[in-house]
Amino acid sequence: MTVTEALHHDWQRFTLAQKLSRYAFYLASVAALVISLRTIEVIPEFLYDAPTQMADLITRMWPLDWTYLQPTLTALIETLHIATVGTFLAVLMAVPIGLLAARNVTPSAPINLFAKFVFVTSRSVNSLIWALLFVAVFGPGPLAGTMAIAFRSIGFTGKLFAEALEEANMGSIEALTASGASRFSTLLMGYWPQARPAFWSIALFRWDINIRESAVLGLVGAGGIGVALETAMSLLYWDQVAVVLLAIFAVVVLAEIIVTTVRTRLI
Amino acid sequence: MLTPATANDVTDKGDAAGDALVLRHLSKEYRAGVPVLKDINLEIPGSGLTAIIGPSGTGKSTLIRCINRLVQPTSGEILYGGQDLAKLGGAAMREARRRIGMVFQEYNLVERLTVMENLLCGRLGYVSAWRVWLRRFPQRDIDHAFSLLEAVGLAGFENRRADALSGGQRQRVGIARAVMQEPKIILADEPTSSLDPKTSVEIMELLRNLGAERNIPVVVNIHNVELARRFATRIVGMTGGRVVYDGSPGDLTDKDLNTIYGGENWLE
Repeated sequence: MTVTEALHHDWQRFTLAQKLSRYAFYLASVAALVISLRTIEVIPEFLYDAPTQMADLITRMWPLDWTYLQPTLTALIETLHIATVGTFLAVLMAVPIGLLAARNVTPSAPINLFAKFVFVTSRSVNSLIWALLFVAVFGPGPLAGTMAIAFRSIGFTGKLFAEALEEANMGSIEALTASGASRFSTLLMGYWPQARPAFWSIALFRWDINIRESAVLGLVGAGGIGVALETAMSLLYWDQVAVVLLAIFAVVVLAEIIVTTVRTRLI
Repeated sequence: MLTPATANDVTDKGDAAGDALVLRHLSKEYRAGVPVLKDINLEIPGSGLTAIIGPSGTGKSTLIRCINRLVQPTSGEILYGGQDLAKLGGAAMREARRRIGMVFQEYNLVERLTVMENLLCGRLGYVSAWRVWLRRFPQRDIDHAFSLLEAVGLAGFENRRADALSGGQRQRVGIARAVMQEPKIILADEPTSSLDPKTSVEIMELLRNLGAERNIPVVVNIHNVELARRFATRIVGMTGGRVVYDGSPGDLTDKDLNTIYGGENWLE
């Protein structure tokens, strides 16, 4: 026997059981695709008709009704306010709950679970549903929209903030603990400097999402540009609808640019 | 090169030697029935540099972390300054901790803070959280920090961020942070293990000199037997969670090293 033969060992990335379960997963995915294609029941008449319908819609939108720009811009400002104030309130509520959710900051499983329950509740309800709820509480208007955005965003921002805290280097925390620092001082000088870039990134990202979310809140009467959209659509003024859509598009692009610029400066 | 401490350094120079630290029957089990430290009895006098040597996983880090209660001892007493540190909790434990400076293998700085902010972290046990938030530390602390930066050879580095420093510079900041506490004893857990040989010697010199100037004891966990021999006034050898050698560096023989580390081929 030569040396090379003696050094020969078999090595495979996956065990047989792992391989089989991977193939079973691929097979199940293909089966699911086939079954869903059979049950989807596309109505061909609608598909054939689609180009004509789209063309019709576009001709109704053109030329744009620029007289509608003034009320659109007013509504747009309201939307920006809803998104910004809503995000601010969300972050304000998410930070303390995030501290309770992070296992290293709060080493208590029941409290962590409670905080995570709050996050799941906030996230599992769509912002339109939150808006319906708050319209019932405060009546229609931007206040309901702001609260809807705030409560919808707690889960997102809080969960990500808690994860950022959990990624903190515990060596630094250990050093501060060893110097006799109180828990609050440890938060200020140990956890916060480490989680700060993530915090601003999360807040900005959520603000960006909220601009888009708050644009549709008006559909249920919770203020903002959605109200202008809803009015124009129900009156079938498609030339006005086009102005509103263009405005939304412009502000979303603008938000994207702002977020990207600020983020590169922060981190 | 090591810059000597400046004359206006805020130190406890001239004080009598610090309190002795006495460990009695100290044991630690992370899992029940698997002791890491077995009935440690040790007395660290009020001055001098004690080096604890021993193979990896023998409980050196656990021992040093039991002293300032980063690790909770399972049983035994840690007598220091008229108190049993093992029994302290809450505010009393924090107060005891601020008298014990600690230096870490991985420096454990807050990477995103500046050198000055890291040094001021050594004052967190003394300054209220409100002042910490506003970074309104007492002028005395800031003066002390500047003189210490000079003493550890980092004058002019106060506004650098910690993550922009080299390993040796970071460890100097780590040591300065510990001294900022105005500690009565310094514990160092493998302070040189992440550093090159030359920097290791400089860091050991720094620890020894700072301890001698302030007349406080320094306890160092260290892998490098040569460094231990060169800088320690006393060597404690541990193996399997027990102290198996305790004496002066001069008396440490190859036979003792065999007892501590086992085997003999590595000893040339």
